[in-house]
Amino acid sequence: MGKTITIYVDNKPYQVEDNQTIMQALDKIGYHIPRLCFHPKLSIEGACRVCIVEVEGQKNYVASCAYPVYDGMKIYTNSADLRRARRDIVELIVDNHPMDCHTCDRNGTCELQRLTYSMGIKNRHFVGERKRYEKDVSFVSVIRDPEKCILCGRCVRVCSEIQGVFNLTYAYRGFKTVVTTAFDMPMAESVCSACGQCVNVCPTAAFLEKNNTQELFEKLRDPNLVKVVQFAPSVRAAIGEAFGFPAGTPKEKETVAALRKLGFDYVFDTQLGADFTIMEEASELLYRLKNNGKLPMITSCSAAWMKFMEQFYPELIPNVSTCKSPMSMLGSLIKTYFAQKINVDPKKILSVAVMCCTAKKYEAARPELMLEGMRAVDIVITTRELAWMIKSAGIDFFNIEPEEFDDPLGISSGGGAIFGATGGVMESAIRTAYELYTGETLLNIEINSIRGMKGIKEGSVDFGDMRINVAVVHGLGNASKILELIKKHPEKYHFIEIMGCPGGCIGGGGQPYAGINSIPLDEDILMKRAEALYGIDRKKTIRRAHENPVVKRVYKEFLGEPLSEKAHKILHTHYQQKYPKGIIPKEMTLR
Amino acid sequence: MQKENLQNDDLNLKSLREFLKNFKDVPRAESNLITILHKIQEIYGYLDKTAIEEVATTISVPTSHIWGVATFYHYFKLKKPGKHIISVCLGTACYIKGAEEILRKLKEELNTDIGDVSPDGFFSLEEARCLGACSLAPVIMIDNKVYGNLTPQSVIQVIKEFKRKYKEQK
Amino acid sequence: MVKPIEILSQKKQEAIDRLYNKTHFSDKLIYVGMASCEIAAGSKEVMEIFKEYAKKGLITTYISQKGCVGMCSLEPTVDILEKGKMPVRYIKVTKDVAKKIVEEHIKKNQIVKENALFGTKQKSIVICKGTFCLNNKNQQVVDRLIKEIKNENLEDKVEVCFSSCLGFCEEGPIMIIYPDFIVYSKISQEDVVRIVKETLIDGKVIEDLLVKNNNLVKLVRVYGTFESLKKQKKIVLRNCGVIDPENIDEYLLMRGYEALAKVLTFMTPKQVIEEIKKSGLRGRGGAGFPTGLKWELTAQQQSDEKFVICNADEGDPGAFMDRSTIEGDPHSIIEGMIIGGYAIGSNKGIIYIRAEYPLAVERLKIAIEQARNEGFLGENILGSGFSFDIEIRLGAGAFVCGEETALIHSIEGHRGMPRPRPPYPSVSGLFDKPTLINNVETWANIPPIIILGGEWFSSMGTQKSKGTKVFALAGKINNTGLIEVPMGVTLREIVYEIGGGIPENKKFKAVQTGGPSGGCLAEIHLDTPVDYESLTSAGSIMGSGGMIVIDEHSCMVAVSKFFLEFTQNESCGKCTPCREGTKRMLEILTRIVNGEGKEGDIEKLERLGNMIKKASLCGLGQSAPNPVLSTIKNFREEYEEHIKEKKCRAHFCTNLLTYEINEKCVGCSACKKVCPVEAISGSAKQRHTINQKVCIKCGACWRVCKFEAISRL
Repeated sequence: MGKTITIYVDNKPYQVEDNQTIMQALDKIGYHIPRLCFHPKLSIEGACRVCIVEVEGQKNYVASCAYPVYDGMKIYTNSADLRRARRDIVELIVDNHPMDCHTCDRNGTCELQRLTYSMGIKNRHFVGERKRYEKDVSFVSVIRDPEKCILCGRCVRVCSEIQGVFNLTYAYRGFKTVVTTAFDMPMAESVCSACGQCVNVCPTAAFLEKNNTQELFEKLRDPNLVKVVQFAPSVRAAIGEAFGFPAGTPKEKETVAALRKLGFDYVFDTQLGADFTIMEEASELLYRLKNNGKLPMITSCSAAWMKFMEQFYPELIPNVSTCKSPMSMLGSLIKTYFAQKINVDPKKILSVAVMCCTAKKYEAARPELMLEGMRAVDIVITTRELAWMIKSAGIDFFNIEPEEFDDPLGISSGGGAIFGATGGVMESAIRTAYELYTGETLLNIEINSIRGMKGIKEGSVDFGDMRINVAVVHGLGNASKILELIKKHPEKYHFIEIMGCPGGCIGGGGQPYAGINSIPLDEDILMKRAEALYGIDRKKTIRRAHENPVVKRVYKEFLGEPLSEKAHKILHTHYQQKYPKGIIPKEMTLR
Repeated sequence: MQKENLQNDDLNLKSLREFLKNFKDVPRAESNLITILHKIQEIYGYLDKTAIEEVATTISVPTSHIWGVATFYHYFKLKKPGKHIISVCLGTACYIKGAEEILRKLKEELNTDIGDVSPDGFFSLEEARCLGACSLAPVIMIDNKVYGNLTPQSVIQVIKEFKRKYKEQK
Repeated sequence: MVKPIEILSQKKQEAIDRLYNKTHFSDKLIYVGMASCEIAAGSKEVMEIFKEYAKKGLITTYISQKGCVGMCSLEPTVDILEKGKMPVRYIKVTKDVAKKIVEEHIKKNQIVKENALFGTKQKSIVICKGTFCLNNKNQQVVDRLIKEIKNENLEDKVEVCFSSCLGFCEEGPIMIIYPDFIVYSKISQEDVVRIVKETLIDGKVIEDLLVKNNNLVKLVRVYGTFESLKKQKKIVLRNCGVIDPENIDEYLLMRGYEALAKVLTFMTPKQVIEEIKKSGLRGRGGAGFPTGLKWELTAQQQSDEKFVICNADEGDPGAFMDRSTIEGDPHSIIEGMIIGGYAIGSNKGIIYIRAEYPLAVERLKIAIEQARNEGFLGENILGSGFSFDIEIRLGAGAFVCGEETALIHSIEGHRGMPRPRPPYPSVSGLFDKPTLINNVETWANIPPIIILGGEWFSSMGTQKSKGTKVFALAGKINNTGLIEVPMGVTLREIVYEIGGGIPENKKFKAVQTGGPSGGCLAEIHLDTPVDYESLTSAGSIMGSGGMIVIDEHSCMVAVSKFFLEFTQNESCGKCTPCREGTKRMLEILTRIVNGEGKEGDIEKLERLGNMIKKASLCGLGQSAPNPVLSTIKNFREEYEEHIKEKKCRAHFCTNLLTYEINEKCVGCSACKKVCPVEAISGSAKQRHTINQKVCIKCGACWRVCKFEAISRL
């Protein structure tokens, strides 16, 4: 706790704590200074200069995001000169921006657009040469459009400071400064993990997911296809935000209904895929424990984490579970088990997944996941893309009548639901592995030590005589920390859950953009989304994957048992080192 | 010819590796990045991609970071330069005495632009901050030799003379 | 235990002995200027000639090098010293002149008069005006001497020159009379009268005035300078052009490392800081922050590690003070840094220097190595228990790295982009440790301040700006080069007395100080004293020391465009005002000089300029608009002419020129032949005309016409 000091804001005295910046102090006393490059989760850049204020005794304006308060400080937030300076700064940004707002993907969610409006920029005084760059559309997950970039650097910082990927950097300088990859390589040939956090934090449309909505609309009109869709747990936890519902409002059955209205024949639940993942992964863990297998075992659900692992930590491939992700497991079952069930040529099935994730687009295109020349999932769209499609198709999501999932791949356990939040996979896996190992049912199934937004969480569970040490991390930066640790001390843990995005899938790179008064990566929002999933879990009668009747039936009718040869063929995969090789700096202190 | 290049690359990489030994496992190794980039440029004549990748893995610095640094500083060349480097001084004294005209003439004569190489690979054209020969303004520097008191006409003579002497030596 | 000061004194004696042995046996000494600027002017080739002769055994002479003497327009320079002869400085020495010097001067004792700067009169009196003799007593002696010589009508026969430090400061004021080589010491005003009468007129040696230390006398080498030294005072440049910068012995001779020994023997870190504070020294990098205060703030920080940095990333176009100082006297910077390290409790120094200064880097490397060998750097310096070492880090061509936080990022291996302050480097600098950053000139001031005391330093200069300032004088001025003047000297004195006025008697228009961060001052500002506050209130800044004189033939709009182009090119691109704003300002300026300026453009420049000044992240951006704003303030009418009348009064902006053929045309067709675009027509012996639509305004016709028949409007 700092000591209390007095500052004067526009001549009014306020008691605030010291040891904070002007912006932090003003945020708490009812001033929201305009800002752009600032992000509370990222280091202070002080670059955009939008948040400048006047401080008495200072020759120049100071950036309120960076300047500390002191006792007796006199701050002016709205003098005529200051307002004009701020306005001119925003105009300078706008003058070097394409200004194609009507046709832009971020129309309505663009921070620059809002700022331009609130600065009252009606005329443009300084229009001149505008920067020109090619759009980089090489990558299936994330596209980069440097012309829209306003060089706030949030993407560079999220990529390095939170994700530890260090794919993005500022290159060149001055007016020619651009955010790019090493050697200006296309994103597809970079170390990008496809997590999409750059998309989340970008104030404009300089980073976007590769948009597949037009392709999907077209396929949905194809009468020769059976259209099957699945959607991830986190989609239902967040999609409401895109329609103005408060964060944490679960919209499961509404999403089912909207998907049917869009033209899907079958709506299935990725949570069922998660139940299969639990069955296989728990069995794999036990197999490794009993047979001196490679430990710790690390989860493989997160598509960004998988790509990151193959480029940055190929030496850990033996530690990673061979299980496909829930999406790919369910996709594979749709094209095999379900196709047989409804007696349709799997080539005639359009398998679509709605994901909170941009990396799933990359995963779906992986050649290792092909089933006899077919993709298990043909098209992946993000939560954002789905929300747009619903709006575009004129579906009234606000008043929509809820509907149920289809049979047979629509029934899931609560264990599948919580997959979307960090720690969820671990929690569900323990619920099932405990019973598979001990033959007894785990009664206290909510494991609080691995819930929540702490970057690295640890816990241990006694499987009868055996103590299992587990760790849960989210965000690739945290992943690197724990991986460096286990490279030195492999005996420390038995089982590790790694999710590529902060908060797990609920914080995925494909989730709705932050609203007017919220910010991306905000822990409060992430907590609310997580709570929506825990709520769904609590309401379920079946909360353990192995108790799910559909799971039992599919094993009985089709797969045999977990880790069987058939299960391996359909539900497991393999990995290999990918290039360029990713490099983690020794101490992650790079600016 | 290609074989010769390959051998050169191997030798270059070898001497770079030798140099990098100084920075392996030393504290704050990444702080020597600019020193190392200077060395690469000394060895290769420019910042070669393979060399940058070698540095990245050896001292554990992300390649993108090195790229960001390499492109920030004007001293570093990102492209293989010509056999000889012409630097046109655009410092104050030279500017006032007509350096821009000299530069324009050179661009025309060499059929290239600032930061680029003439089509025959013989000359690179660069602009320089003050070369410290203000009394001789306007000046250019070819490799390490300064040519001063130039006019748009005499600069072409200097270039032609330089090429002629080069051929004679060969 | 032996005290550091005793160890030093021992080392100095050894150095003197070594030097004595080296030079004692040659009766002629040749010193060739070997700084970057001299080398560029051809001094290397000149050196080769002398060495060639020596190798062939044709001359037996001690050949050595020296740093920059600050006379850029007269380079390369060569000094010839000879026992019992007038010391001669040769200027503009080409290879041929060098050969002539050997053949005529060295071999036949005939001075090559065309190239001799001084040493041509019958007698020459040299008075030491080195740093350690900069006091009133010395000045009175000088004044008296000049008066007496005049009284006795000796002006034609005797010249009075001044030298840099002669190395025996304890004996001052000191005077050497050539060609007899009589050295008088501790001279009073009364002595002057005797000297003139007895020695100059009667040719007698006054025994009681002779210097006692004979061994030292043999080492004396003398460099008179040209007249303008009268207004100059050399502290920073005290050894530049005097000593061989690659020989630590010569630095030791000039009281080198005495300040360090003094500090280590007699002073606590606190006392050192007090002395610096007392001196009133302010940072010479441009902003003028009080140096002592900076040291104190850094010293106060508790930390396991602290750093001392020398900012040698001199980047202003046209400025080369730091380069010359390092090339001419590298040890003075090293010594300053060690003292700084001692004062703030740091053991590690870093010199961040431009890669474009290879010679300076080389000299620093040699100097550091020598200092290590002599025990001035490294563990347990001079047995004091204090350890300090210095590392050199190269820049890589980024002007913004002169900004301290950008410089720190660069040393850390990052892009040189500044960060917001606070925290200041004194609290959190290199590797987030407390860091003391000063520039080259600041560091070079430290040893004399320690030796002579803060009060001595603060006795020079003005109320708020103490000591001297080094400037690189360039542009349209007769004596381009490096000068060091006491603070408070006026611009007029610099331009007209030291600088020798403007070539061809052209009209003075402006003086630009502070490079791209500074501004242009007009004629009305010529009597502004050179100090931090006065220059700022006149609309420019002190800056690091670039000073460019501009005459009537330069266009002020184009000049401001030149500087803005530079900063725009050097902007790191981090903050919006600088990255985007300077670009827009440059676009507006470009259209003005191209004759496409619009009503309201000046106001836009002012609006952007003032915003960029107040809102940019770092000093580069905050000062980038200065050249534009100051020229608008002082030369607004030129902007208006460009915009409204599409006229450039300096005839500089090509697009605003019109060439017309007037009635003086005799129809010789010379212009027609030379026109590259065939814009000129007319038959022989008839008045020609220029088709304005085709004319590209290259001026070829105007240059070729012998009859002044082409008017440039």
